Amino acid sequence: MTSIDAPTSTIPDEPGATRAAKAQLSVRGIGASYRKRPAIRNVSLDFKPRTVTALIGPSGCGKTTLLRCLNRIHEVTRGATVEGVVELEGQNIYAPGVDPVAVRRRIGMVFQRPNPFPTMSILDNVVAGLRLVGECRTRSAKLEVAERTLRLAALWDEVKDKLDRSGLSLSGGQQQRLCIARALATEPEVLLMDEPASALDPISTAKIEDLMTTLAERYAIIVVTHNMQQAARVSQETAFMLAGEEAVGELIEFGPTAELFTRPKDRRTEDYITGRFG
Amino acid sequence: MAVAMAQARSLRVRHARSAVGVVSTALCAGAAAAALLLILGYVVREGAASISIPFLTQVPHPVGIPGGGVANAIAGTGITVAIATLMAAPIGVLTGVYLAMYGRGAFASSIRFLSDVLAGVPSIAIGLFAYVVLVAPFKHFSAVSGSFAFAVLMLPVIIRTTEEAIRSVPVTIREGALALGLPVYATTVRVVIPAARAAIVTGLLLSIARVTGETAPLLFTAFGSQFWELNPRNPMAQLPLQIFNYAISPYPLWHEQAWGGALVLIVVVLVLNALARVALRSRTSR
Repeated sequence: MTSIDAPTSTIPDEPGATRAAKAQLSVRGIGASYRKRPAIRNVSLDFKPRTVTALIGPSGCGKTTLLRCLNRIHEVTRGATVEGVVELEGQNIYAPGVDPVAVRRRIGMVFQRPNPFPTMSILDNVVAGLRLVGECRTRSAKLEVAERTLRLAALWDEVKDKLDRSGLSLSGGQQQRLCIARALATEPEVLLMDEPASALDPISTAKIEDLMTTLAERYAIIVVTHNMQQAARVSQETAFMLAGEEAVGELIEFGPTAELFTRPKDRRTEDYITGRFG
Repeated sequence: MAVAMAQARSLRVRHARSAVGVVSTALCAGAAAAALLLILGYVVREGAASISIPFLTQVPHPVGIPGGGVANAIAGTGITVAIATLMAAPIGVLTGVYLAMYGRGAFASSIRFLSDVLAGVPSIAIGLFAYVVLVAPFKHFSAVSGSFAFAVLMLPVIIRTTEEAIRSVPVTIREGALALGLPVYATTVRVVIPAARAAIVTGLLLSIARVTGETAPLLFTAFGSQFWELNPRNPMAQLPLQIFNYAISPYPLWHEQAWGGALVLIVVVLVLNALARVALRSRTSR
């Protein structure tokens, strides 16, 4: 185990871990529209496995839209369309015949506001992705999944004695970690996070950021953030997007985070990270 | 200086306007509440004397014989409303779900329009319709024909409240379920509808409360009865009909019992409304 591809992991190997390690998401010429109004245009980039990639840019630059194209949740919005190619391990998730439901099981997502299912207990929230498609029926199976994913999400110790309480009984930061555990339960290979800490207090934000670093030992994580310090803290790669002419978002620059923040190649990137606009 | 005075004047004008607004709206609210309380108080005053165990457990006595009660009417109203709920709830809830989830096209718009029109149709016309469909062909009054009329009355209420309930489930909940790799069916049935359950139940209870006091649709359907009758295929006693018949009778004893029946009916409807509020509030507790 001396290869550079095998970073030392603090988490024991779990099912899905080897799959996730190889996960590679490539975006080729993606464009997305809402009701014929384009939101992003011609975005191409490669997301590395076991890496946190940050999507940054001013409001309205299309970073959330790009993220929502990666698990085919964009098309759920009425009038929303996508063109281009997104490859997961070489397979185009937009190819005809590919089931978006299967794609979304392999690419998990955490939303900006915590969204636990209001009528479910903490336990049922965690296993919802399995339980509601007929898997994970027994309580012991549920508990096993719940303990594993809640530990991953650094929430287990706080909720292990009240798994049958409503998910809404938790604080906002706990709810968000519950949603992360829920997303991990289906053993995805990639985790998408849409400003996962923007609705949280600083302490909860720090916990979520620590979590991203830990989870990146196993998953490819793609995180949209408004907060450039956060991008600098948690990510290894950063993509900077900007709405150009006609307010259509484009990818301006993409590279290792340290480079992009210290030696941006594009003038617009430099202007943004030095706070000249946005 | 002049500016300051002008500002002070405009502030005074604004405060005066505001005071007029507060006072007039408060007066109207007070008048509305007073009307309700007067009705309630009057029914209690006139009806309380009639309320007794025999009144609630006995069937009517023949004219001239004191005592007797409205037990058969209470049971009849309960049965008729229960059957109506069984008819209207599945159709109404599923229609509401359809309109909320898929209701964009011309078909959905016409359903919504028809439902709104139905909500405005006088209940006696719906009673006539039930008579034509379920009474005249069989030459026989029946409680179930009354239930049918009630169900038609309940439908628009259930459809509208269910659609609103589903629509008020945040889109982030729905997207959260879809993002887990749940099919649309599981998302709708296991996540979205449960999240709207409290509001749907509230709508059902309100629709029940709405028809429980209806009299007109029963006149030529359930018809009423002076006897114990629990078979929904036969004419059945109904609390509102009983009140109506007693109230227009020439006998003072029956007048008192009409007030007693009205009190029972009001209490039942109030309890249903209270339950609806409790159902809505219990959504986030636990």
